[in-house]
Amino acid sequence: MTKALSNLRICDFTGQLAGAGATRHLAAFGAEVIRIEDPVNEGRWDILRGNAPFVDERRGIDLGGAFNNHNVEKKAITLNLRTEKGKQLLTELIAKSDVVSENFSAGVMDRLGFGYEDLTKIKEDIIYVSNSGFGASGPYKPFKTWGPIVQAVSGLTFSSGLPDQQSAGWGYSFMNHTGGYYMCIAILAALIHRRHTGSGQWVDLACTEAAASLTGPAILDWSANGRPMRRNGQPDSNHNDWPRMAPHGIYATHMPDTWIALACRNDEDWTKLRNLIDEPALYDQQFDGLDGRIEKQTELDKHVSRWIQHYDQQALYQLMLDQGIPCAPVRTPQQRVDQDPNTENWGLWPTVKHSQMGQVRVDGLPVHLSETDWYLENGAGCLGEHNEEIYGEILGYNSQQINSFKDQGVI
Amino acid sequence: MTSQISSGPLSGLKVIEFTDEIAPWAGKLLAEMGADVIRIEPIEGSKTRWYEPFLGDIPNPEQSLFFWHYNLRKRSVALDIQSEEGKTLFKRLVAQADILVEDQPPGKMADLGIGYANLSSENLSLIHAAVTPFGQSGPRASEPATDLTLLAGSGPAWSCGYDDHELPPIRGGGGQGYHTASHWAVISILTAVIARDQIGRGQFIDVNASAASNVSTEGASYTWLVAQETVQRQTGRHAGVRPSSPTQVQAADGRWINSGVPARQGKDFQNTYDWLEDEGLLDQFPEAPLLQIGGQREGFLNLGAISSGEDEEGAAIFAAGRAAMVLLIKSLPAYEYFTKAQERGFQCGIIYSPEEVMQDPHFVDRGFPLDIEHPELGRSFTYPGVPYKFLGSPCEIKMRPPFLGEHTRDVMIDLQYSTDEIQMWIDSGYVLST
Repeated sequence: MTKALSNLRICDFTGQLAGAGATRHLAAFGAEVIRIEDPVNEGRWDILRGNAPFVDERRGIDLGGAFNNHNVEKKAITLNLRTEKGKQLLTELIAKSDVVSENFSAGVMDRLGFGYEDLTKIKEDIIYVSNSGFGASGPYKPFKTWGPIVQAVSGLTFSSGLPDQQSAGWGYSFMNHTGGYYMCIAILAALIHRRHTGSGQWVDLACTEAAASLTGPAILDWSANGRPMRRNGQPDSNHNDWPRMAPHGIYATHMPDTWIALACRNDEDWTKLRNLIDEPALYDQQFDGLDGRIEKQTELDKHVSRWIQHYDQQALYQLMLDQGIPCAPVRTPQQRVDQDPNTENWGLWPTVKHSQMGQVRVDGLPVHLSETDWYLENGAGCLGEHNEEIYGEILGYNSQQINSFKDQGVI
Repeated sequence: MTSQISSGPLSGLKVIEFTDEIAPWAGKLLAEMGADVIRIEPIEGSKTRWYEPFLGDIPNPEQSLFFWHYNLRKRSVALDIQSEEGKTLFKRLVAQADILVEDQPPGKMADLGIGYANLSSENLSLIHAAVTPFGQSGPRASEPATDLTLLAGSGPAWSCGYDDHELPPIRGGGGQGYHTASHWAVISILTAVIARDQIGRGQFIDVNASAASNVSTEGASYTWLVAQETVQRQTGRHAGVRPSSPTQVQAADGRWINSGVPARQGKDFQNTYDWLEDEGLLDQFPEAPLLQIGGQREGFLNLGAISSGEDEEGAAIFAAGRAAMVLLIKSLPAYEYFTKAQERGFQCGIIYSPEEVMQDPHFVDRGFPLDIEHPELGRSFTYPGVPYKFLGSPCEIKMRPPFLGEHTRDVMIDLQYSTDEIQMWIDSGYVLST
């Protein structure tokens, strides 16, 4: 199958998930993504390098499971930018690249001598995409973030939780994934613009702004109606405001910490659920319409909870599904990775070959393209694994020269 | 208004959007980057025009704030897709478009006679992205789903919630399951736009919303894939195989702080000591000398040696650093703590509600809040802005969301329909024009 992005070369400084996640998708579609790491600290700027989870008892800088997941199909080279020769090699590589990508704190590339102005002197139509917590301008430009901080400052943490409790927030870096998606979109859009106009550009992506754009109706409710989300009874994110539905929530089944979600989209779903529960009190007219169900939501939830708590999760899921009521078990990782025919059928957890870890399963892509689909076969590069290939085949150095770069601490 | 002002990196791309509720966000993202997005609505309007909240809380399909947010900078054409005339218009629109994005149930487009096979025969360059809960085929393809059931069944909810597991797992608010599917729709659409130049044709893209959330759960998936271990949810912080310490602390004014990663290196401990001193809090903190001892240490504390008991002094220093942060947070108003901590180099965040973000000086300085004029209402409204600054092709968004069928007539004129014909179609109810 043809690779969609095989004409594309990316000079990639990204790390963690917010950055590495972006170029991962481009690599899966065939782009040559060259990941540049510091040989002095063994690429540890990316805290995932060499960290858990591990496939076996072995430990080491090349054996981190998360790092492998986020860097599949990329080339890994080392380059010491403290040295003049290192800067020269980077200059040569940028001259042969389409995109420079990074997710350092704002201003780091400038200090290295490779800010956007410098890059355009090396290659006029270069596309430079930076992804930082607060963007490259404004009073918080120097502030540091990681996923949970981005989520806190942007309103996403606040929007997730139960009334009368502190925020539940997100139990993982939702914005590292999503910031990576935005970064990927920014790179692709800038490439399309370059094809139309011949011009490159700098895209300044602020992860907190990406996050804040995901709470739009709440923002408009405040700006148009003067109603803040910080008010009594809010947030209440297992219930639903937009659109309103009731019942709508996550309920305990008969085993500890085993849950099921259900959503009655309309009176028809409700009628089906009511017939299953078959509790006389629920046939009261007050529950017939959505307004009544919302008003009496607490009472309604008590009945639904009382009914569900005697059920086995899977049995109830099947029972409601047979009626066409939207529902889902709160699936554990094992349930959705190893026991879900939908993810298996999709090929969602492909196995890649890593030169030290061996065969490892990773996240696949949730899209299939009929003519240029993705592929994931190779794991993340070990530290400096592709030095010979990149410095040799792309920059034209012979093995003697490459060895001397190593001896001088340049790579 | 027959054409868009050219701005944004995607200006020149023509998009037909035939969505219900899963994928309008994909159309919005394309529109804000400059694509010309025409949303096809049924004669009675998209059902999302009836989603709350409404302006002034008065139900009105032209004043749903939900609809406004998701449809900024799009145009609206209203047609009856069940009629032959409506289908013809739909096909003529798609025939001259680059992209079709839709979220109809699997098989429905083909049943209507407007499936990919049919549409691509008229336009080989067409990129057709179909967003569905579980993909076009497969064992779960026909299951009903909502944002809640997608987030519950596909991973996110398992990791979100509270330390107290008597409380339910939490579905993060704001329609994020649909957003994640839409982000993948846009990534794959733009990939196909680039591929089109290479392979000389468009293609069909199957976007699976459940799969999108499944691969957006960070450690929950790969910890299982790599090590067959299961993460457990914790209040406001990463679900983990082993429990971690709380990170949310209530500040003096009642608002909350995410305290971030605690101090781990020598200079951080001295820095913390100095801050306590500046705030006059040293006498409330008997462990302060530990911070000074920590300040003498080179580099980072070894957390492994601390948890194994090999470095007892290090453990005491680490605990003192954490306790000092908690004292500082409890002693200061949240915003003051957030900015002072960040200025001292400590990564942390204030937990803002969505509207507070829009009033924060940093976001205002960057121009993130976007004022959109609604001339018919005689006022403007503040929307969230565009998250990326394309410095070489800025995204200019001045167009308010469309009224139902506002652009039907213009679009039909562009397609060379005669005035009489358009009027006849309106009278017969095949299209609606306002």
